[in-house]
Amino acid sequence: MDAPAIRATGLTKRFGQRTAFQDLTFEVGAGEVFGFLGPNGAGKTTTVRVLGTLIRPTSGSAEVAGVPLADGSGPDLRSLVAVMPENPGMYLRLTVYDNLEYFAGLYGIPRAKARERILASLDTVGMATRASDFAGSLSKGLRQRASLARTLLSDPKVLFLDEPTSGLDPVATREVRELIEGLRTRGVTVFLTTHRLDEAERLCDRIAVMNTTLRVVGRPDDLRRQLFESAIEVRTARPLEDPSALFASVGAAGAWSQNGDGVYHVKADDVAATTPELARALVAAGADVLRLAEVERTLEDVYLQLVNEDVEVRR
Amino acid sequence: MNSRAMAVLRKELRDFRRNKFIVATMIALPLFVLFVPFSSVLGLKEGTAQSVVRATLGSAGLVFFLVPLILPTVIAGYSVIGEREQGTLEPVLTTPVREAELLIGKALSAVIPCVAISYLLFGIYLAVVHSSAAPVVRQLVVQSSQIVAVILFVPLLALFSIWVGLAISVRSNDVRVAQQLSGLAVFPMLGLIALFTFRVISPTVTVALSGAVLLAVLDAVAWRVVSAMFDRERILTRYGSS
Repeated sequence: MDAPAIRATGLTKRFGQRTAFQDLTFEVGAGEVFGFLGPNGAGKTTTVRVLGTLIRPTSGSAEVAGVPLADGSGPDLRSLVAVMPENPGMYLRLTVYDNLEYFAGLYGIPRAKARERILASLDTVGMATRASDFAGSLSKGLRQRASLARTLLSDPKVLFLDEPTSGLDPVATREVRELIEGLRTRGVTVFLTTHRLDEAERLCDRIAVMNTTLRVVGRPDDLRRQLFESAIEVRTARPLEDPSALFASVGAAGAWSQNGDGVYHVKADDVAATTPELARALVAAGADVLRLAEVERTLEDVYLQLVNEDVEVRR
Repeated sequence: MNSRAMAVLRKELRDFRRNKFIVATMIALPLFVLFVPFSSVLGLKEGTAQSVVRATLGSAGLVFFLVPLILPTVIAGYSVIGEREQGTLEPVLTTPVREAELLIGKALSAVIPCVAISYLLFGIYLAVVHSSAAPVVRQLVVQSSQIVAVILFVPLLALFSIWVGLAISVRSNDVRVAQQLSGLAVFPMLGLIALFTFRVISPTVTVALSGAVLLAVLDAVAWRVVSAMFDRERILTRYGSS
């Protein structure tokens, strides 16, 4: 089995009295797309900055692309990773090509090879024809794509993307997401921080939810199962006359709740086995059934459940 | 100089060429510098009191050193804090570039144009004085000690000015404030140069060489100090890493 691309153990960062994050322990596998979710101020960007050796951790340890975070290891580690900050940070008075050429130089790519790499990176993000445009003349979406091209120049083992679709319109957002999906096929490990839960659900193999501390790490499906009991939603044209008796008659059905007129959620350990039995009971009771299906939990439900728990704890 | 520092140098020179504020300053200050000495020095006639000649030439000589002292602070003030304000610094700091490489590239990009402009101005000054000034002026200006002093002092003063500007820039939050503070911070150096141009210290080649050695040592120390001050964490987050 490949060594993890990122391994953090008890990682903590404090700024004076303020704790940005504490005791982060997690691993990200090589080639994995890993989502890092959390509300504003949760410490996501600071985590990226620490793992990218921009700032030092207060305590704990980490290893990125096989290089430990340590004094003096910064340049070695940074030559194996690339970070795309939330702000594309393009030099607006320079052309896209000049911007990328500068970064090729900073990564130590020989000038003879740089041109080929720059054009290949621009081609990957669909900007090969915009190389001579000034960065200042590009839309925000195009700057974001150029910024992504910049991160590909060094052929990184680990790519940190900090809110890559922040502030983009739906079309630009979709384009950037497609580019990230493309990275998966290249075997690049992607560490993605985002507010967009649908984005994380679509792109990420696993996600972590943090709010100063790490709340949970896992696959979206596993997290849904961990946090929510499976349930069946029943919708009927009119409210049931005696829902308690009806649901009690279905042996495999568990507790139930009413979520509006004619809308019921019935807990069930085995949805596949319980649903037909429930359907028969409803028909026998003369109910006009509009819908009978497993309650779908989204990643947003998982996220809100965890973040709301934090809000409750603070109260 | 390694390839990363060269990459910084190339980028900075490209960026400056397209920065209207920097280009305007690089044109306006030298024009002012040329106007002041010509208007005063060319007005000196044979028989003017020696003290007046020396005072006039002292002021004129001092004005030439404004270019290597003031111009780099305009660039250096923008250099770090300007990039942070634009959001371009963080992507740069995520690359393998080392602090010293980044700073050397930035320093040279400011020093090279400033030194070129200073030498050009002094060359024009020497040519005009040689062809049009009174003999008493010519005798005092076209002197080997003066020429050696300018050739040696200009790049060393420009470097010193850059390190001061960068030191202020890495600890500042505003480009204009950094530029103004840097301008003020190099004024004591102008006072020391005045001792030379006003001939309080006898201007000989040996004195010029000794002064240059001292300045070179000062520059080396300043580079070390500024490299140590360049704390990525402080620059990105306003908190130091200690």
